[in-house]
Amino acid sequence: MADLTTDFLGISSPNPFWLASAPPTDKEYNVRRAFEAGWGGVVWKTLGAEGPPVVNVNGPRYGAIYGADRRLLGLNNIELITDRPLETNLEEMARVKADYPDRALIASIMVPCEEAAWKAILPRVAETGADGIELNFGCPHGMSERGMGAAVGQVPEYIEMVTRWCKQYYDRPVIVKLTPNITDIRKPARAARNGGADAVSLINTINSITTVDLDLMSPEPSIDGKGSHGGYCGPAVKPIALNMVAEIARDPETHGLPISGIGGVTTWRDAAEFMVLGAGNVQVCTAAMTYGFRVVDELKRGLSQWMDDKGYDRVSDFVGQAVPNVTDWQYLNLNYVAKAKIDQEACIKCGRCYAACEDTSHQAISMSPDRVFEVKDEDCVACNLCVDVCPVQGCITMERMAPGTVDPRTGKVVEDGYANWTTHPNNPAARAAE
Amino acid sequence: MAKGHQASGIVAGRLSPQALSENFDDLHAPYAPHEAAVAADRCYFCHDAPCMTACPTAIDIPLFIRQIQAGHPEGAARTILEQNILGGMCARVCPTETLCEEACVRQTAEGKPVEIGRLQRHATDTLMAAGGHPFERAAPTGKRVAVLGAGPAGLACAHRLAMLGHDVVIHEARPKAGGLNEFGIAAYKSTDDFAAREVDWLLQIGGITIEHGKALGRDLSIDALMEGFDAVFLSIGLGGVNALRADGEDRDGVRDAVDFIAELRQASDLGDLPVGRNVVVIGGGMTAVDAAVQAKLLGAESVTIAYRRSRDDMGASRFEQDLAASKGVRLMFNVQPVAVTGNGAASGITLAYTSEQDGQLTPTGETVDLVADQVFKAIGQTLIAPDGIALDGRKIKVDGTGRTSRAGVWAGGDCATGGEDLTVTAVAEGRDAAMDIHGVLSA
Repeated sequence: MADLTTDFLGISSPNPFWLASAPPTDKEYNVRRAFEAGWGGVVWKTLGAEGPPVVNVNGPRYGAIYGADRRLLGLNNIELITDRPLETNLEEMARVKADYPDRALIASIMVPCEEAAWKAILPRVAETGADGIELNFGCPHGMSERGMGAAVGQVPEYIEMVTRWCKQYYDRPVIVKLTPNITDIRKPARAARNGGADAVSLINTINSITTVDLDLMSPEPSIDGKGSHGGYCGPAVKPIALNMVAEIARDPETHGLPISGIGGVTTWRDAAEFMVLGAGNVQVCTAAMTYGFRVVDELKRGLSQWMDDKGYDRVSDFVGQAVPNVTDWQYLNLNYVAKAKIDQEACIKCGRCYAACEDTSHQAISMSPDRVFEVKDEDCVACNLCVDVCPVQGCITMERMAPGTVDPRTGKVVEDGYANWTTHPNNPAARAAE
Repeated sequence: MAKGHQASGIVAGRLSPQALSENFDDLHAPYAPHEAAVAADRCYFCHDAPCMTACPTAIDIPLFIRQIQAGHPEGAARTILEQNILGGMCARVCPTETLCEEACVRQTAEGKPVEIGRLQRHATDTLMAAGGHPFERAAPTGKRVAVLGAGPAGLACAHRLAMLGHDVVIHEARPKAGGLNEFGIAAYKSTDDFAAREVDWLLQIGGITIEHGKALGRDLSIDALMEGFDAVFLSIGLGGVNALRADGEDRDGVRDAVDFIAELRQASDLGDLPVGRNVVVIGGGMTAVDAAVQAKLLGAESVTIAYRRSRDDMGASRFEQDLAASKGVRLMFNVQPVAVTGNGAASGITLAYTSEQDGQLTPTGETVDLVADQVFKAIGQTLIAPDGIALDGRKIKVDGTGRTSRAGVWAGGDCATGGEDLTVTAVAEGRDAAMDIHGVLSA
C-alpha cells in the first residue's frame, strides 16, 4: 500500500490533497468537516485586513457551464475574500489547528500593497499556529479593482516586493498564489522566487463570462440585470493550469521551486498529472463544491492504487517525472512518422472521423457505400483529429511507421534517429548539424 | 358467479376503472425536459446518418436531436414535420426498433440506441402543446385534388397539397378521420385522443375539407371524381379481411381483430367493453399483438397468439413480441387453426402443428386443443380493388412517385405497392405523391 504522506515545504500532511482557499474553507464548521472527511490540508479562505470586513453581493455569485447530463464542467464566481471579521477567523483557525495537528492549515492573505498592512497581519496569523501562508495574488474579480489580488499578481515587481515583506515578518513557509490572467506565467513565478517565496501555487481563477442571459442581455451570474467577469475554475481549466505548472517547472530560473497545483482537479488522475508535471501537492475546490467533501475518498484510493500499480512507494517518487518530457516545439522529433489506423472490429460506423477529416483536415479517410471507413496513408499527416473525435476509445490509433519504410504521403524513407526543426533545411535559422 | 379474470364467457368489466386506466396508460411515457436533454446528448451526430437512411420519411434525425440539445424542441419539431407531417403519431407507433433505432450506431456499440422515437415525441409534443400550426399555405393555385381516405397517406398527401396552394377534398367512409391511427392501433400507443388531436392540428393548414360517409365504389367513382377534380389520390387502405378457412369460423365469439381494436379505440369507457376469459388470436403481425395485448389488459385470464410459422417469420417485431410476453400473452409458433369448437358459441379451438419445408407449411399430424371463448382473426387485410386501376399482385400498382395505371390518379399507403404497411411509409408515399401531383398540376 503506497504511502500518501506528503511533505510540502516541511509541512506534513497525510495526503497531497488540500482544499484550496475558497468558499469550502471559509469557517471552522466546514474545515472540521473537511478534516473529518479526510482532506490532508486546508488553505483557509482569504483573510483581509483588520476592520470592517468586505461585503459580498446579495444575488447569485456563481455561474456554470455544463457538459452532457448537466455535468458541471466549469464554474465561475464573483465572491470576494472572507466577509467575516479577521478576529473570528483567527480564533477558529487556532482552534482547528490545535485539534488537527497532523493536517496542514495554511492562511491565505490579501491585504493592501503596503508594508504596514502586511506587517500588521502576519504576527497575528503566526499566533494561530498555521503551518504557513499563501499570498492571494490571484483573485481576478472585485478585490482587483481595489488594487489587490490579481492586480498585484499581474505586476511581477509587486509580487517580489510583497513576498519579501512576508519573508521578513513571518518565519514559516510563504506560498505565492499566481493568477493565470497574464501572458507569461514564468514572469510572476520568477518574481516570487526572487522575493524569497518558498513555493508558488497555481492557477487562481480565470477572467470569464460563463453565459449571457439572452432575454435580460446580461452576463451571468446576473445581479439586477448586470454582470461582472468572474473567476473561472473547474475541470474546464485544467489544461491551462497543467501548462502553466509545467512552464514553471521547466523554466531554468524557477526549476525546483515547489509548486502546489490547482485547477480542475477532480479525480486521482488529474492530481497525478499535476504532480508528474512538477506539483508537490494539489489543491481542490470545484470538485468538492460540486460533489461534497467525500470526493477525497476517490482521490486517495485512486492515487494509492495507481502508485501501487506503478510501484511508487511515496508521493515524492513521481513528482516531476514528466517535466523532462515537456519541451519546445522546435525540439520535437520530425522523424517520428505515424499514420492513423482504424480497428474495423471496434468501428461503429458513425462517420465522425470521415466528416472531420474530409471537411476540416486532410481528406485522408475514405468512406465506402456500406460505411467502411479507411485511412488513406498517402494523405494522412497523423494529425490525430480522427482519434479525438471518435466516440469509441481505442478504435483509431496512431501507429508509428518503422524506420526504413517509405511514407506514401511524402515518398520519403522514414529515417531512423532524431531530427528536429533546428536542423531542418526549411528553417532559415537552421544550423548545420555538426 | 365469478368475477374479474375468471368470469366465464365474453363479458365487460373484468377490471376496476383504476386498473384499466393504468393498463392503457402511455406505453412510453413522455420525457421530462432533463430526460430529453440526457437522451439527446447521446446522439453522435453521425455523418450521413444511418438512422436517417433507415427512416422511410428521411427525417434529418441528427439535426432535430441537435436542436433539442441546443434548447429548441419546437425547431426540432419543424425539422421533423417538414419531412413527416404525422411525426407526432410516428413517434408513438413507428417500430423504431426495426427502423431508425436499429440503425443507430449506439445500437451497434452498446445494444442501446439513442431513443429517437421518444425524442421525436418530445419535440412534436412540445410544438403541438404550444398551439398553432408551423406551416403556411402558398398562394392559391385554383387546382382541386380529391383524396380518398383520411388515413396517414391521405392526410400527408392532403397537407402537402394544401401547403402548396391546392384545394383538397378528402372523402372518408368512416365518421372520423385518421384511418388506422384512429381505429387500428393499440390504445396505449395513442393516449389522450392523440390521433384525433393530430388530425385537427394538421387541418389548421387550411384548404382541406373532409367529407365523411363517402366510400369509393359505394358513393363515389373514380370517373365521377375525375370530372370535378384535377387529380385523385387513392389512400383507401385495405378494407377487406382474410378468411380463416377453418371449421366453425362463423361461431359466436369469432371476430376480426381489426374490428375489436376499432371498437376498443372508440369506446368511451373500457369497462363497458366485453372480452373473453380465454382468448386466442390467430396471426403474427402487429394487429395480432395489438389485439392480444389489449385483450389481456382488459382482463382476459389467458390470451394466446397462435402463429402458423416460426418466431423469426413473425411480422411483429421482437420488441412487440416481448411486449406481448411481458403482459402475459402466450406466444405459440408453428400452429394453425383447424376448427373452432363449441356448442353454439365458441368454447375451444383446435390447432394443428405445422412444419415448414421449402417455404411450404404442412401439418405434422399433431393437434392441440385450447380453451377459447373468444377468437380473433388477425391474418391480414386485403384490398377492395377499385375499378379500372391496374393491380400488382394484391395491391394497386404504382411507380416511385405514386402514379397508378390511370393518368391523373395516384395512390399510396397500404392500398398501394411499395414499402411496408406502416404509418411512416404511408406518410412518405402520400407526401411524395403530393409533390408529383403538384409537379403535374404546375406544368
